[in-house]
Amino acid sequence: MSLDLRELYQEVILDHNKRPRNHGRIEGAARTAEGHNPLCGDNVRVYISTEDGKMTDVRFEGSGCAISTASASLMTEAVKGKSFEEAEAIFKEFQQMVTTTGEAVPHPDLGDLEVFAGVREYPVRIKCATLPWHTFRAALQGEEEAVSTE
Amino acid sequence: MTLTVKAPNFEVLRADFPILETVVRGKQLAYLDNAATSQKPQLVIDALDRYWRAQNANVHRGVHYLSQIATSEFDAARVKVQTLLNAASSKEVIFTRGCSESINLVATCLTSGASAKATNGQKTTPCIAEGDEILISTMEHHSNIVPWQMAAERVGATLKVIPISDAGEIDLEAYAGLLSEKTKLVGIVHVSNSLGTVNPIKQMVEMAHAVGALVLVDGAQAGPHLSIDVQDLDADFYTLSCHKIYAPTGVGVLYGKRALLEAMPPYQGGGDMIRTVSFERTTYAELPAKYEAGTPNVAGVIGLGAAIDYLAHLGRWYVGPEKPDMTDREALVVAFGAIHRREAELANEASRLLLEIPGVQINGSAPDKAGIVSFTLDCAHPHDIGTILDSDGIAIRAGHHCCMPLMNRLGVPATARASFAFYNTMNEAERLASGVRKIKEMFS
Ligand SMILES: Cc1ncc(COP(=O)(O)O)c(C=O)c1O
Repeated sequence: MSLDLRELYQEVILDHNKRPRNHGRIEGAARTAEGHNPLCGDNVRVYISTEDGKMTDVRFEGSGCAISTASASLMTEAVKGKSFEEAEAIFKEFQQMVTTTGEAVPHPDLGDLEVFAGVREYPVRIKCATLPWHTFRAALQGEEEAVSTE
Repeated sequence: MTLTVKAPNFEVLRADFPILETVVRGKQLAYLDNAATSQKPQLVIDALDRYWRAQNANVHRGVHYLSQIATSEFDAARVKVQTLLNAASSKEVIFTRGCSESINLVATCLTSGASAKATNGQKTTPCIAEGDEILISTMEHHSNIVPWQMAAERVGATLKVIPISDAGEIDLEAYAGLLSEKTKLVGIVHVSNSLGTVNPIKQMVEMAHAVGALVLVDGAQAGPHLSIDVQDLDADFYTLSCHKIYAPTGVGVLYGKRALLEAMPPYQGGGDMIRTVSFERTTYAELPAKYEAGTPNVAGVIGLGAAIDYLAHLGRWYVGPEKPDMTDREALVVAFGAIHRREAELANEASRLLLEIPGVQINGSAPDKAGIVSFTLDCAHPHDIGTILDSDGIAIRAGHHCCMPLMNRLGVPATARASFAFYNTMNEAERLASGVRKIKEMFS
């Protein structure tokens, strides 16, 4: 396998794809939203429980490729226990990392999420990585309409 | 026609397709996405080049030298399509933008107000009206679903769906049960782009005609692989997507029986489709111009003519010098017989190798399939398969293949699809399988 590909399919991504964390629904979740990627048929639903402005639990369900499944899994780990503002800041940095072309710059604040840096070399797969995040933000904003990447 | 043929080596034909030499990330391209679009032979590329350099002019409207050349090449292509489909007349061949537009044309014209009005007066104008039924199948491409949905909604007709078996074949018993006096049109794909199933069109047409329904056959995937005889099939309408038949993008074909095309109202209005125009009244041109408003895709149509020439050459090459007096039609029949066998060989080998990998499932197991292998792997999503194969230079398609209702029926969100053309090789089938084997190891 080529080096580029190893960059994309890092061990952490393969592991989270195989054993997604925080997978499942939250009955009576305070917030929830659904997202689709009509191009590839990926879909995801995100559930959020909140208490005093913090997210006490974040889970997801759905079917998708390794990139979107691992992204959803790692996202739930990253935002759990955070405030809405903190989560938004992580999203902004994540989005910048996967969409900025050119020399790779380190994103130490992102922790495990940094494994998605390789996605920027694969323009058609960027939406796979960001779909869970867009869905998460829609849930926070209480959007009723399903989110679409298109 | 019986011919004694040795099997010539198809791999020499690769030299006719310059793009096959492409190197992708250091690997030789293995182009296995032919169902999405085929590659173009040098003959077609040369015809386009010649057109832009030496023949470019508008058609059917100039008396000057270039316009005459462009017009005669353009008209010659129509006759070549007539030969390709064995249509009774070249007037039954309408050029469109693509297979999708061909289907939209029929769906629109059969449900336009003009069609309904004419029906009241003269019984012969075909039309779909309120309370009528349109039948399509579960395995249709969105192009043969959505236009009928829109048409049904426009006039208050009902869209009904013929179910398929787990193997991916039309349930003919259910089809017979769904056909009734109310059925005005059956829209059916000849070869499924997702499953490779070749549907029993002749029988289905016969059954539809027995209740007085018209049949539109979506031939997008049959055109590149089968020899088609619209008269033998007795299809009322037959559509082609020419970029899948080694010709340029932007050209489609609608074949329609002459009486139907004459009776239906026109599709779009504009230049070329009229006989006389005044502000009070316009009279329409004869076939085929009646359905070809505006400047057509002249270069694309001429490229299509060259693609059909190439296929006829292929038939002659296959037979060898023993039959020098073959007609173009005979050569095309031979070519498609050979192409179909070659592609089936490649696809069967790919299927066999893929099925040796634990967790691979192949969608569509009808006998005598076209060269399409649609598959899933238990541990990896089709998009991951597509991306990883691409890094090995192997081009396949991953997704729902514009067949969302079929994906639902199969119970999968998407599949990976390898689709073969005659210029593919056994080595490419092997590379596909070993790539998938690697993915299996990586993901489990
Ligand atoms: C079975 C089938 N029908 C219709 C179409 C539409 O053809 P086009 O996109 O050329 O209009 C396709 C192309 O993918 C197809 O495979």
